[in-house]
Amino acid sequence: MVTWSNFFSQLFNGLALGALLALISSGLTIIYGTLGVLNLAHGAMFMLGGYAGYVAYERTGSFIVAVIAGTLFLLVVGVVMERVIIRHFYKRPPEDQLLVTFGLSICFVEIVRYFFSSLSKTVPAPAVFSGITNLGFMFYPTYRLAVVGIVALALLALFLVLYKTRLGLIVRAGIEDSVMVDSLGINVDRVFMLVFGIGAMAAGFAGIVNAPVVSLAPDMGEAILVQTFVVVVIGGVGSFPGAVLGGLIAGEIISITSMFNPGYAYVMLFAAMTLVLMVRPHGLLGVKGRE
Amino acid sequence: MQDPKSNSYNHRRRDFIRTGLGVAGGLALPAGFATRAFAAAPAPLGTWPAGVTGDTVYIGAAVPRTGPYAVQGEDELKGMQLAVEHINEGNELVRKIAPKLKKGLLGKQVKLLVADSGAKPNEAVQAEQRFINENKIMAMTGSTSSAVAVALNKFAQREKVLYLVAISGSNDTTGKDCARYSFRQCFYGETAANAIGPVLLKTYGKNKKAAFMTPDYTYGHTVTKSMNDYLSQHGGWTMVTNQVSPLGTSDFSSYLTNIANSGAEFIINVNWGRDAVLSIQQAKQFGLTPKMKMVIPYQIPFLAKEVGPELTEGVYAATDFWWTLEDKYPLAKMFVEAFDKKYGYKPEWGANNAYMQFAIWARMVSEADSFYPPDVIKTYEKGETFESTVGKVHFRAADHQLVRPVVIVRGKKPSEMKNKEDYWEVMEVVPGEPLMQKPDAFGCQLGDYT
Repeated sequence: MVTWSNFFSQLFNGLALGALLALISSGLTIIYGTLGVLNLAHGAMFMLGGYAGYVAYERTGSFIVAVIAGTLFLLVVGVVMERVIIRHFYKRPPEDQLLVTFGLSICFVEIVRYFFSSLSKTVPAPAVFSGITNLGFMFYPTYRLAVVGIVALALLALFLVLYKTRLGLIVRAGIEDSVMVDSLGINVDRVFMLVFGIGAMAAGFAGIVNAPVVSLAPDMGEAILVQTFVVVVIGGVGSFPGAVLGGLIAGEIISITSMFNPGYAYVMLFAAMTLVLMVRPHGLLGVKGRE
Repeated sequence: MQDPKSNSYNHRRRDFIRTGLGVAGGLALPAGFATRAFAAAPAPLGTWPAGVTGDTVYIGAAVPRTGPYAVQGEDELKGMQLAVEHINEGNELVRKIAPKLKKGLLGKQVKLLVADSGAKPNEAVQAEQRFINENKIMAMTGSTSSAVAVALNKFAQREKVLYLVAISGSNDTTGKDCARYSFRQCFYGETAANAIGPVLLKTYGKNKKAAFMTPDYTYGHTVTKSMNDYLSQHGGWTMVTNQVSPLGTSDFSSYLTNIANSGAEFIINVNWGRDAVLSIQQAKQFGLTPKMKMVIPYQIPFLAKEVGPELTEGVYAATDFWWTLEDKYPLAKMFVEAFDKKYGYKPEWGANNAYMQFAIWARMVSEADSFYPPDVIKTYEKGETFESTVGKVHFRAADHQLVRPVVIVRGKKPSEMKNKEDYWEVMEVVPGEPLMQKPDAFGCQLGDYT
């Protein structure tokens, strides 16, 4: 199926796929970069955002309300999670952090399954974005087009927070050298809480924005988590621009490979990750020593 | 490993002893002979006799309660639970299938043990191993993925514990990877293709272009091959593209983009469970359907409920069972009523398959009057005809596949639905026998009894 029209279609589809991966991955990478905690519950948070939005949508019938609810709910979940559990693990070995976040993700998934069952739930796309758009070279679901724009805006907002605010400055400094930031007398404790909240919020936002594209199921976060890890590794651990770049690269690899042989789409993704690890062990935009 | 012949020799010898003890005694043979003869009772095999010494026998189920097949796994589990309840109380329905059954099985209560397989072969095998070690299960079941079924086939054969295949449509399950210790109630993918193929050709005509969507494991590949073989050989259809995706895919956009550019008129969607739900919803979002017609070779429980009847309207599918068959078969009516009463919804085919598998096992054990695995297997292999929820059926001895009809359904329009679960219209019930390839066509080698 290698034709020019299919090539352009896939190129475009890769962009849409990559944008979403970029958004989810940015939350994961900021948290890891700042707090040093690899949050295995990130996929479950993505799922929680979707379900929180679903509940809000069922109550109000408004997609905007659903997006706000999904996002804010995860901000709260993130902050509570950090205060009650995660902060006790900053000084503990990485394997403890992995286990506790992994355990939390199982709890989240099973709680949702208990209340909502495994039957998938659908949040319809808002009426303005329903239907199909003719791009000239292909037809594309209007809502997926809108998602590209929505995600771009969200990434811009994250960028502004990280690069144009005092909080962002501290976060970026913390990624480079958290001991130094601490010894400069900055209240790292509060910053950590906020960063975890913002990372969770990004996952929640992505979850509800993604809900009309892929209907909700309790274990939907599992597959996404693996992909976001690949994105973060390709882009460079702890690097926000790296997550964006990695997301777009991953999206394109999946789409373009599937044009030749769909069975190899994910094989190629992991092959690319392996290649990056061999050539640039710290990722494309990662910096040596940043852990 | 002994060969089957020496086992039948053991049988004859046991029979001889049972009936001829008096004669032997009368002849006043030396005591040594009698001792040797008693020692010839079958040696322990698998979990036998350890699993039948108490007043309870266990069945170990490894069903997917998480992952892409979780919805179907839950339904399947309910079918099993209902069957166990019916076996233990000697319910009328199960006694129609297993007439010699009384309360419980050979005087023992049956108990179901459950583990989550997540539709993963390694997890299913580990769970069953645990049940064998700890509970000495006399039968195992589970699978909503043929990859699991094939793994459990091999495991059952190695452990010498019967495996009652749950949902599994691959040609390999009773074909290339068949096992002496394994039995399947639901049909081959090939049988489904042979049943739905003629309906498609009659409805849509010859020389059409079809895009296939295939989940990347044994079920997907064998069903896609069977469908494509039938449609190309009998109707001159061409496969313009085959989109293979890993089990558990959530975003089908790149596959659907290929299909959009392929010039296909039909999408033959072999995806299953949640993958099917998502691919069908997304095909609609991309505007592929209803312009292209969707065909589902092997129907998926709860599909219509999850995607909504608007998306299954006019879709043809082959299935094991649909609840409106209650109008046609008295046992189906009894089953649907009992299930609905207990669980509050109409059973899907996964639940029916699970129930039937347990009821058939109860039949074979009670007919054999023994839990000894080779005795039970040989009772299956007699190939006797018995009643089921889809009429009279029988097992083929050569591949352990049930010969049973295939039900062709078509998605109803929302306006035609008589109640909220009336999603499919039964178009045809195709007798199974003429649809089936020879038992050895897929290279089945059953393996040993002991």
